[in-house]
Amino acid sequence: MKERLVLVGNGMAGVRALEELLKLAPEEYEITVFGAEPYPNYNRIMLSPVLAGEKTIDEIILNDREWYESNGITLHTGDPVVEIDRVSRKVVAKSGLEVPYDRLLLATGSEPFIIPVPGSDLPGVIGFRDIADVDAMLEAAKTGKKAVVIGGGLLGLEAANGLQLNGMEVTVVHLMDILMERQLDRMAAEMLKKSLEEKGLKFLMETQTAEVLGEDRVTGLRFADGSEIEADLVVMAVGIRPNMELAQKAGLYCERGVVVDDTMQTYDPRVYAVGECVQHRGECYGLVAPLFEQAKVAANHLAKMGIARYEGSVTSTKLKVTGIDLFSAGEFNEEEGDETLVLQDPAQNVYKKLVLKDNRIKGAVMFGDTMDGTWYFQLLREGADISGFRNTILFGQHDLGDAGHGDETRVAALSNDAEICGCNGVTKGDIVDAIQTKGLFTLDDVRAHTKASASCGSCTGLVEAILASTVGEGYEAKPSKKPVCGCTEHSHDEVIRTIAEHELKDMRAVFDFLEWKTPDGCATCRPALNYYLLARWPQEYHDDPQSRYINERAHGNIQKDGTYSVVPRMFGGLCTPADLRAIAEVCEKYQVPEMKVTGGQRIDLFGVKKEDLPLMWKDLSEAGFVSGHAYGKAMRTVKTCAGKKWCRFGTQDSTGLGVKLEELTWGSWMPHKFKLAVSGCPRNCAEATIKDFGVVCVDSGYELHVGGNGGIKVRVTDLLCKVDSEEEVLEYCGAFTQMYREEAHYLERTAPWVERVGLAYIKERILDDEDERKALYERFKIGQKVAQVDPWKARAEGEAAHEFVPLKISV
Amino acid sequence: MSDWKKIAPLEDIPRLGSRVVEIEDGSIAVFRTSDDQVFAVRDACPHKNGPLSQGIVAGHTVTCPLHNWKIDLESGEALGPDEGCTNTFAAKVEDGMVYIAL
Repeated sequence: MKERLVLVGNGMAGVRALEELLKLAPEEYEITVFGAEPYPNYNRIMLSPVLAGEKTIDEIILNDREWYESNGITLHTGDPVVEIDRVSRKVVAKSGLEVPYDRLLLATGSEPFIIPVPGSDLPGVIGFRDIADVDAMLEAAKTGKKAVVIGGGLLGLEAANGLQLNGMEVTVVHLMDILMERQLDRMAAEMLKKSLEEKGLKFLMETQTAEVLGEDRVTGLRFADGSEIEADLVVMAVGIRPNMELAQKAGLYCERGVVVDDTMQTYDPRVYAVGECVQHRGECYGLVAPLFEQAKVAANHLAKMGIARYEGSVTSTKLKVTGIDLFSAGEFNEEEGDETLVLQDPAQNVYKKLVLKDNRIKGAVMFGDTMDGTWYFQLLREGADISGFRNTILFGQHDLGDAGHGDETRVAALSNDAEICGCNGVTKGDIVDAIQTKGLFTLDDVRAHTKASASCGSCTGLVEAILASTVGEGYEAKPSKKPVCGCTEHSHDEVIRTIAEHELKDMRAVFDFLEWKTPDGCATCRPALNYYLLARWPQEYHDDPQSRYINERAHGNIQKDGTYSVVPRMFGGLCTPADLRAIAEVCEKYQVPEMKVTGGQRIDLFGVKKEDLPLMWKDLSEAGFVSGHAYGKAMRTVKTCAGKKWCRFGTQDSTGLGVKLEELTWGSWMPHKFKLAVSGCPRNCAEATIKDFGVVCVDSGYELHVGGNGGIKVRVTDLLCKVDSEEEVLEYCGAFTQMYREEAHYLERTAPWVERVGLAYIKERILDDEDERKALYERFKIGQKVAQVDPWKARAEGEAAHEFVPLKISV
Repeated sequence: MSDWKKIAPLEDIPRLGSRVVEIEDGSIAVFRTSDDQVFAVRDACPHKNGPLSQGIVAGHTVTCPLHNWKIDLESGEALGPDEGCTNTFAAKVEDGMVYIAL
């Protein structure tokens, strides 16, 4: 018989935990859910838009009753659990219903804190917590005129805005001297207050409520200074309190909330807890993103995988008041030793502040222009060194050379028919619609459902921004530790480190040691692991063709019609009449329908049938060509200009050096594609400053540039250093390449890698430490001994023949 | 019932790999999973006819090389949230030989 799992609390955190659990172990439990409210799980953070009339209740339902049914979950709504009997392991509901459990998940959430002043129990005094509260407010707005909201925090202001949109005259009473003091600094808070006042809200600051006035219904408030105000409705939004009464009664250890450990277990090992009712490492969370992280961890343990840990969250906040953009994250009030970057434009009502320590973001506050909030937040959680772009960081990410988009990043201003994902033709409207109707919270969800940003990924930032602006704080930003894929909890860095430290030399060993969740991995992790193993153990690891993407398995680029393209290598872009004649003959022999000169200074032969590949390679190989690796996460080409030999401006032999670099690096497998170029003078005709490794020759030597790329997001290289001789160019190139090969994440190009680890770190290892540089170069050359075996020649001679020959039906 | 056709010895198909069998009206991809089961599906993704035989195999699924749709080898159906289905053919291994039913 299946074990029984009971969820107490039918809210966002608890149901999210069930969703995660169903993904991992759909058959593990017989599940029963109790909810106090009469609704299935709805999106509580969207209550403000419901109050403001921008959404209906139906639109914010996340899991309809059909969802529970189709997943075999028994749902009891409107029937709160009133007792947990831990001895006989059962829960008792208000209706008298008793349900036994093997495991219990508590997600009782929180309740609004009602200030204990006389009259606070009068009708007309409510919190802002659930659909019933929203109904009460909408009802009050029909008859009453004046509303007072006590509390100038996030929830209070959203309530005030909603009531005002429903025609009430609203006054916000706040104890502190600035609004949202837990999220904003003084400057942003003042700007917010001014904007809200312009919308018609009134504020009473530094005002303490002493009494709620009224006989049988609220009529007003009296404050500590004796003054009074009239009110037909009072909303208390001074904070929330974890709802832990049930847990306390059951004898579970509670402090400010139900205390859980890093596995979301309470003091009773059969009882887990997630959400706002929980206290973890001394913190109680009231925002949805951390609750979802908790849900994921609890699900992992309920599914008996036992590997996930919740280690606390850094949170960010966004106010859902239409027309007001506000963002805050981290520690935004500077302390001694911190530095502050501020951009302030009163005319445009824009304010941005970043608090830094040691060139790392500690906190951010933004008002008016919050487009880059998610980016700053990501940098904050990653602890990224921002020294490389510190002087432009306040202008936003699109100022970092994102030539593709520029002002298009202002998603809020875009119309619904604006195309966001150019690869898959997805508009802003499609994305917003999918987020709202399907209840999506993560970038991965949006990708899966709409395909937006699922191809080239260049619009990822835009999609994230739309996600953030559509779901507000419900947006679950990428966790700071990102697992390689759904098959594991481990990050790329952890995998790379473990392969080296524990000398794991084949894929099975990695799966076993790191407790992979799937037997064979998947199309995302297997190519990554294959690369990491190959990069770390070049002489010992046997390449696994079945873990390579088809292009690398077939050593050609698959085209949309299933044919392949073939690009022979032309070292440094140089060729002879004999070379061209050989290529021409091959093209005629195999009836290549189209030829094209590539941007990498070689020739692409399109439309080759897969079974012809080995034959064609045989001919090319006999003419002296090797594979151009145009199909691989590998060293691609070295682009060169004419150089000193012919060009009147040339300072060095750029073509000759290009050939030497290509001879050194060809065949090398990389985390992603890798391109080089050598320009003979600073006019830079070979465009070396948008390559992964570029050389710009000058009269006195060679400038070495790294971390550039064209493509999706153009990034100009950083200058690594200047050297005097060709030998040094080769050594530095080999060392840089090897460092990238050993440390970057699979599918991370040099540009984001350099930005992630910082140029300073790369310089430290390659410039300042001569031994390290030479060791890296040496390791690169060892790897090359294995890598520089031409895969085309090998296949022309019969290797992996099964890959190219179709099977016949025996008769 | 359709006929069982003898295709090839099991070891001619790499584990976690596939071979293409050409028939009169198209191609069939025959997959061998890590548990040495075999599956045969029409070699065309329901999305844009990508050659599924060229995809990466994991568990009883294959990921199409063109746009990363994941196809269930047993049913031929695209796994959520993508929707679509490709034809499947019965396949079996007997005495180390692979057969498919046409």
